[in-house]
Amino acid sequence: MPHLNANGIRIDDTFAEAFAMRATGVIVTAPALAWARQAAATMTGFATSVIGCGCEAGIDCDLAPGNTPDGRPGVRVLLFAVSTTELQKQLQNRVGQCVLTSPGSACYAGLDSDEQLKLGNALRFFGDGWQISKRFGGKRYWRVPVMDGEFVCEATTGLTKAAVGGGNIILMGANAESTLAAAEAAVAAIAAVPDVIAPFPGGIARSGSKVGSKYKGAAASTNDAYCPTLKGSGRSELDPDIGSVLEIVIDGLTPEAVAAAMRAGIAAVIALGPERGALRIGAGNYGGKLGAHHFHLKDLLP
Amino acid sequence: MTALVFRLREPPAQRLDLSPLVPNRLAGLSARDIERIEVQTTRERVCVGDVFRVLMGDAARLRFEGGHERLDRVGCAMNDGEIYIEGDVGCQAGRLMGGGKLVIAGDAGPWAASGMKKGLVEIIGNTGDRLGGPLAGETAGMRGGVVVVRKNAGERAGDRLRRGTIIVEGNTGAYAGSRMIAGTLVVRGRAGRLPGYLMNRGTIVLAKNSDALSPTFSDCGVHELLSNTLMAEFIKPYSPELAGLLRNRWRRFMGDMATIGKGEIYCPAT
Repeated sequence: MPHLNANGIRIDDTFAEAFAMRATGVIVTAPALAWARQAAATMTGFATSVIGCGCEAGIDCDLAPGNTPDGRPGVRVLLFAVSTTELQKQLQNRVGQCVLTSPGSACYAGLDSDEQLKLGNALRFFGDGWQISKRFGGKRYWRVPVMDGEFVCEATTGLTKAAVGGGNIILMGANAESTLAAAEAAVAAIAAVPDVIAPFPGGIARSGSKVGSKYKGAAASTNDAYCPTLKGSGRSELDPDIGSVLEIVIDGLTPEAVAAAMRAGIAAVIALGPERGALRIGAGNYGGKLGAHHFHLKDLLP
Repeated sequence: MTALVFRLREPPAQRLDLSPLVPNRLAGLSARDIERIEVQTTRERVCVGDVFRVLMGDAARLRFEGGHERLDRVGCAMNDGEIYIEGDVGCQAGRLMGGGKLVIAGDAGPWAASGMKKGLVEIIGNTGDRLGGPLAGETAGMRGGVVVVRKNAGERAGDRLRRGTIIVEGNTGAYAGSRMIAGTLVVRGRAGRLPGYLMNRGTIVLAKNSDALSPTFSDCGVHELLSNTLMAEFIKPYSPELAGLLRNRWRRFMGDMATIGKGEIYCPAT
């Protein structure tokens, strides 16, 4: 594969292939930021990949008290799924089981859109007839009595069909330690980009996958071409100096947001340099025929 | 462009129905057309030109220079634009309003904002009975929008309120929020006897309590509720000081237990 070079780091002349997804956002608030984060972390747990989790979800950003509807600290959570039906189901279950239950929490729309998903409109039934609807200035809220007071939840939140899932960068380094350092730097930079999440643990995936398997019934299997222990297999994409590979998967509300996140991640890895971080940056694709969005690394260099 | 002005020549000799004088019905008319509009409520014919001097301007902004309690149905069924009245008005001001802004610098009579659907009514003086309430035979009163009364309201303010927000910065008469279906009534002063009489749902806030609360309201204790914060945020542009009060702790009463009892009255915590 032809390489470009930036600050001594090899950049593959390839692209990340990403897919159209449905996405929504909610704002979770609590009496303290720690509890808002707790509710959001619980809600976005087990949401790394649509393949096994139904949706991909993560925390987009913290919100200062001045930026939330109720003036309390909060976080914005984004959820991505392959269909509107699945997204609705995941939203309802996750807010119902993880935010409604969290002490002092409240939940509001986190995305403006003409198309709406049910939020409080689905959860109000927990109130068993004691729920109260209040409409203030065009927004409708449900108040559901709970044991610590009331759970306040906006009736609906926005849905976008223009979201993108599966933007990615693959970081290749000399060893596990330096590769992880590069990935951590990239995740920190991506966290500052609005409208995107990196759904894997801490934003990082170590088990990148390829489509298909030699075994029946497995839709995906290990990306053997990028496994350093299989460099001698003849199908390896890795150079002799690569000892460890990590991937960062990015979902965003728009293609522009995903591109911005990839650009920020790549810039951070390049700034870290090859000695302390990655030796090479690549991206995952399926030949370009499956995904609607192609993000070429050469367009995203700082 | 300046506002279209109606300058009152002299106090009218009979009650007048000013419902034709709203921006959506005056758009495109000439001064002559406007002066010919009939506004009488008796057999004696009265045209706009007889009682007002019309100074042409932007029909989206109407200004009445001078008011009188015989000027009924001002801003009735207006659905956009702005009307400003420098004095008092009669009954049914802003009735069935579907949008826009109506400001009455003086007092308003009974049934102000009756059955209002959307928009803003601001009454800088006092208002009569049945603010926002339905006329006889109607099933619901105000069903949307915001009403702000800077002084006092009469009896049954918010009668059969269905949706929307009524803010009274002064006191109200008896039966404030009677038969409320839903919606929000906030009273900064004191309410008369039996607020929330036969209310089904909805929220009444009485910042200075009432003369007598019906025994069919049950005490739910003192709470600091997030929904009051959301209400305060919404009310802030209309009544900043009242919004500040709303963030306090309130004693919640549920009722009216003589009906389904899903309404609530907030009284001061102490």
